[in-house]
Amino acid sequence: MDLLTEITILILGAFVGFEVISKIPNTLHTPLMSATNAIHGIVLLGGVLLIGTVDGFLNKLILVIAIAFGTINVVGGFLVTDRMLEMFKARRRPREAEEK
Amino acid sequence: MTYLAAVDYDVIRSLYILAFAMFIFGLRLVTSPKTARQGNLIAAIGMAVALVATLLIDTVGDYWLIALGIAIGTAVGIPAARNVKMTAMPQMVALFNGVGGGAVALISWADYRNALATGGNPALATLIPILFAAIIGSVSFWGSNIAFGKLQEIIPSRPIQLPGQKIINVGLLLVAVGSAVAIAAGTESQALFILILVSAAVLGNMFVLPIGGADMPVVISLLNAFTGLSAAAAGIALDNVALIVGGILVGASGSILTNLMAKAMNRSIANIFAGGFGGVVLAGAAGDGEEKPVRSTDASDVAIQLAYARKVVVAPGYGMAVAQAQHTVKELAGELEKRGVEVDYAIHPVAGRMPGHMNVLLAEADVPYESLKEMDEINPEFQETNVALVIGANDVTNPAAREQTDSPIYGMPILDVDKAESVIVLKRSMNTGFAGIDNPLFYLDNTQLLFGDAKESVQQVLKEVEEL
Repeated sequence: MDLLTEITILILGAFVGFEVISKIPNTLHTPLMSATNAIHGIVLLGGVLLIGTVDGFLNKLILVIAIAFGTINVVGGFLVTDRMLEMFKARRRPREAEEK
Repeated sequence: MTYLAAVDYDVIRSLYILAFAMFIFGLRLVTSPKTARQGNLIAAIGMAVALVATLLIDTVGDYWLIALGIAIGTAVGIPAARNVKMTAMPQMVALFNGVGGGAVALISWADYRNALATGGNPALATLIPILFAAIIGSVSFWGSNIAFGKLQEIIPSRPIQLPGQKIINVGLLLVAVGSAVAIAAGTESQALFILILVSAAVLGNMFVLPIGGADMPVVISLLNAFTGLSAAAAGIALDNVALIVGGILVGASGSILTNLMAKAMNRSIANIFAGGFGGVVLAGAAGDGEEKPVRSTDASDVAIQLAYARKVVVAPGYGMAVAQAQHTVKELAGELEKRGVEVDYAIHPVAGRMPGHMNVLLAEADVPYESLKEMDEINPEFQETNVALVIGANDVTNPAAREQTDSPIYGMPILDVDKAESVIVLKRSMNTGFAGIDNPLFYLDNTQLLFGDAKESVQQVLKEVEEL
């Protein structure tokens, strides 16, 4: 893919990200952060892409560590976010306080 | 064969598109407490889709090593996520951030080593993002580790400043960027690349060390944005759309949070990273060493005031987290509500050590999220509040931010607890807050202080209320 296409995707992604996330209430700042931590774990794909194409023990070792790091992000991030979000409960009658 | 591969690649790209759509839709749902859990799950499934798609790419090999990396990561990640206490969430997030930045730095290093071994420096369109990812990833890894150390109190959380810190930082940045420019200009040297990683690593350390605990929410958010941007850069280097989109979404989220946090403290990001918030202030506070009178009170008196109030507002801060008092606070609130007292919680955006810290703790204690009022919503209500109960919060309730133009926190939006009929401050001792600033709130006529560990104090008050 050429660089300009990638930059287009990057810029559009940034706008979508801002648009979607700017509506976040303070209440959910921590879970948002840990959920984005998990999404950041997508770097593990970088390790997956590279590891078969490199030679040498050191290169492979570096990438296994990178994949492990990325996986910690993904697995740990989504789990901990779920644990947190499970605790956010509405009052018995959540209807009236519904904000939009 | 080539035809097959081409088809495969379209399948892979389609799966990637599905994965982003799930990330974006998932994040959209995370912005409301009712749908957030579902959103997180959707994003997680999106991640699985992206991973499967990547494994299908025909150049991907060494499946055993990939499996090994994933197995190690899972073995570390699951217990960490399961066992972490809610009070330790800021540390956890800092650590996850660091690990992500580290992964990016490692990937950029391996990518560069591989390029050197297979024909020298890659084209600039690949090389520049690699260099960018290396610098930001390394800064983010080490910066986050220091933030973790401070939050975990392995490293003192007060600002640590070395003489000539700013010059050192600028020097380190110049070394990192200069080496990157040298490589981009055509130098082929792994040593230079390692120099980039190392100078960025030292810079990451130096850049978080001088930041005090109270500024942590901003730092964590900024590091979050950094890791995101570094992943997006790695995506450009590796020609991988999934990485670009995933990374930039995190970058956007981190930037939004950084901005919100800085606004909530009325400080520019540059100002925070110039460092020494606490340092500067300490000197000022030491200047007026005179003892001012405070009114201290006891649990039974507090119990009476609370039990006969119409409206009580609890303003929690880091002290509540440290004492793990959230469950006891909730019990006390329940007891008061039984007696017809209206209890709300006033949450300052930077109370605690990370964005939304107090909300998570109170949610853990089963406080419904509608009772947690944001600053703008609760501030007008303090005038009709009988008792404002400040639990381990300090700077975010400091009226000096409103009144004293010479105060270092002047202009920071605060919770107007001092406008309540009576203010009860639960405090461990007369020490100043994290920012090291004296708090005029303590000396007001309508303020009383209840000294002691927050949890024990609340327990005593609860007992007294039950006996009334």
